[in-house]
Amino acid sequence: MKNNNASVIQKDRSRKIRFPSLLLYLFLGIYAIIQVYPLIWLFLFSFKNNNEIFGGNAMGIPQVWRISNYLTVLTSGNVAVYLMNSVIVTAVTILISTILITTSAYSIVRLHWKMSKVFLTYILLGLMVPIHATLLPLFIILRNLNLLNSYLSLILPYVVFALPMGVFIMVGFLKSIPKELEESACLDGCGIYKTFYYIVVPLLKPAIATVAIFTFLSSWNELMFANTFINSERLKTLTVGIMSLSGQQGTQWGSIGAGLVIATVPTLLIYFLLSDQLQKSMIAGAVKG
Amino acid sequence: MEKLMKDKKAIFLFAFPTFLLFTVIVVLPIFFSLYYSTLQWDGFSKAISVGFSNYVNLFVNNTDGFSQSVINSLILALISVCIQLPISLLLAIILSRGIKKERFFRTVYFIPVIISTVVIGQLWMKIYNEDYGILNTVLRSLGLGSLANSWLANPSTALGSVFVAMLWQYVGYHMLLMYASAKSISPDIYEAARIDGASEAKMAFRITIPLMKPILSVCVVFAVTGSFKAFDLIYVMTGGGPMHSTDVPTTLMYTTIFSRYQYGYGSAMAIFIIIECLVCTVIIQKLFSKNADY
Repeated sequence: MKNNNASVIQKDRSRKIRFPSLLLYLFLGIYAIIQVYPLIWLFLFSFKNNNEIFGGNAMGIPQVWRISNYLTVLTSGNVAVYLMNSVIVTAVTILISTILITTSAYSIVRLHWKMSKVFLTYILLGLMVPIHATLLPLFIILRNLNLLNSYLSLILPYVVFALPMGVFIMVGFLKSIPKELEESACLDGCGIYKTFYYIVVPLLKPAIATVAIFTFLSSWNELMFANTFINSERLKTLTVGIMSLSGQQGTQWGSIGAGLVIATVPTLLIYFLLSDQLQKSMIAGAVKG
Repeated sequence: MEKLMKDKKAIFLFAFPTFLLFTVIVVLPIFFSLYYSTLQWDGFSKAISVGFSNYVNLFVNNTDGFSQSVINSLILALISVCIQLPISLLLAIILSRGIKKERFFRTVYFIPVIISTVVIGQLWMKIYNEDYGILNTVLRSLGLGSLANSWLANPSTALGSVFVAMLWQYVGYHMLLMYASAKSISPDIYEAARIDGASEAKMAFRITIPLMKPILSVCVVFAVTGSFKAFDLIYVMTGGGPMHSTDVPTTLMYTTIFSRYQYGYGSAMAIFIIIECLVCTVIIQKLFSKNADY
């Protein structure tokens, strides 16, 4: 199928498109500008100071590239701390959710037990649940466990809300890989855990990447839980921290802009490095029938 | 092999942690919410059971603007189906028909989707800024200064302004899903149509769109339920204000619970959101499967 598609693209290119292509490119180009111009504008004003912005150069190239804006938010503001917290929470979330997703998907597809189908349906029900409906009960549970204001209060829900989608993708992938390798490992005397770790996990790498990207985006950008479960300055993640930035930095547009850019760079980096893989993850997550 | 795969201990170790966490963090809270929704409770003092009266209060003699917030989210759902999805569809069809720089455009259109809603919200607040935002600057330079406005502070423009930002962010997402589906249509069909003399537009309407029905139904479900669940961008940009003009059920739920401490009443809103999403999902899928006889 893939090769098929690729050859079509080639053919189409050589054939030239029939409808007025100049107009078409104009439309695509204008739309591309609509989609990225606000971000370019953000990048530009993150280097300006208020005098420049308010003095008439709100939209152009900065007269001086003030890197000091970035140094200010990183040192005087707490942006470095927020960044650190986001990295910790997201990394631990990805690690734990990947372990839970691979093991439980493996138990559903390969291990023999009566309730495995029911278990899968049960987990997939989670795809239908809006996170808002769990907010207050989770808040109360975490309060009673004294877990509010800890990394765990974010990691736990992030991990669990990543499970349904992850299990869905992983089960689909596991079904598509043949059993023979595991069987031969088994004949060679490998136990179940060794087979899983040395044979299965390496085969699952593409699916793990898909799931990890998905989990990264949802936990890195999550706002509602982060805003509710954490109120200590030291533990805030980037999303919440950035929201309070306008308070801290007053009306210094440049510094606020710099903070926004810092929050965006990690996602953009990952996007440009892995854009095809990332787009595949988003498609895999949507096509659940 | 058989014996190995029936290892009870392994099954328990592999499946139970997921089961336990999922049950405690997703399933139990839903039941808690259901229970809370029948209480009058501020979270600290003793709860009083009030039956269904919280649900009745959502719509009868309502004073906090819940009905208006539901209408707002319905408007959002409507414009995202009628404006956002057609734009995405148009872009997806053009890109999928093999055009130069296809990958470049696809990558660019998708950028806003991956950026944090907080960043997007803060950025659009600057765009809408009364004195120095892009929007008013452009309007003034075009000699349309009279149209310049404090977009988010004015109750009559706030809702529209927030919606534009929301639509803008997710066009690329729907575009990508539709693009992937359009790309998987067999080229032979187009070849045959072309031999029969069909134009590109005719092919789009007679071949591409009908064959994309399954993904279109997914996109409509996402657009509608996404509108009912929308929270982040509105919370960041206006917090539901000014004067409730941009409130949707989720933002109202949030302030009801965490600013007014009406835990029971807020939980009734949460349950309403779940039911609203489920009902709409079922209806939309029914509608699409009814005329899927292509």
